[in-house]
Amino acid sequence: MAKQSNEAFLWVLFSAGGVVAAFVIPVQLFLVGLAFPLGWIPAPRYEYLLALVRLPLTRLYLFVLCFLALFHWAHRFRYTLYDGLQIKHLNELIFVCCYGGAVFGTVLAGNLLWNFR
Amino acid sequence: MREARRTVRYTEYHPRWYRPQVSTWWWVTRWPYLKFILREISSVFVAWFVVVLLLQIRALSRGPEAYAAFELWLQNPLIVLLNLIALFFVVFHAITWFNLAPRAMAIRLRGRRVPDLWIVGTNYVSWAAISLVVVWLLVRS
Repeated sequence: MAKQSNEAFLWVLFSAGGVVAAFVIPVQLFLVGLAFPLGWIPAPRYEYLLALVRLPLTRLYLFVLCFLALFHWAHRFRYTLYDGLQIKHLNELIFVCCYGGAVFGTVLAGNLLWNFR
Repeated sequence: MREARRTVRYTEYHPRWYRPQVSTWWWVTRWPYLKFILREISSVFVAWFVVVLLLQIRALSRGPEAYAAFELWLQNPLIVLLNLIALFFVVFHAITWFNLAPRAMAIRLRGRRVPDLWIVGTNYVSWAAISLVVVWLLVRS
């Protein structure tokens, strides 16, 4: 029973992460990964971005984005490995690597954003 | 469950289960299967985006030189290619996610179910609005 309630909680994180990822990642990735580096649109200046990330609200947003997106990845990737590659026998290892990775990334993001000056 | 397993004694020569061998590549043979796996793999690129975002925040916090180096790294053709592939996958994720939304949540208004098209439509309109806000925030400087 304990495992089931755990699973529901992880699914909620997956689901919330899926919503956040769908709404904001395409536009952010398009700008930061393609439009700015390739010069299609002038990139924001360093001082402007610094001021933007210094706002507590921006940092809260970035933290929630990292946290939910990582748990979305962990959940989905875990089942991709189970079903897609049929390696369900490595169940525990996959579980630890996926959620461990997500926890690690979330702590990293929290640390970076909390100490951002 | 475990207790039960210990106490139950199974017959020694029980018949073999019928388990057809499924290839590891079962998902490449049909488009719906392939689409399913592609959708699942999109999560890897969601994680990749978080990596880029964290590198950007770290570069920002380290000063203008570090940030210039980060911007140069983004211009590396390999990274551009990777971001292009990642963009394809995250857009694929967004579209499949929005199209599934009405099946994930059935909303009722005054006892009647809200048509699927409305829910999907609301999602796409919100997507466009949020994207515009992000563009406005990042491009106006």
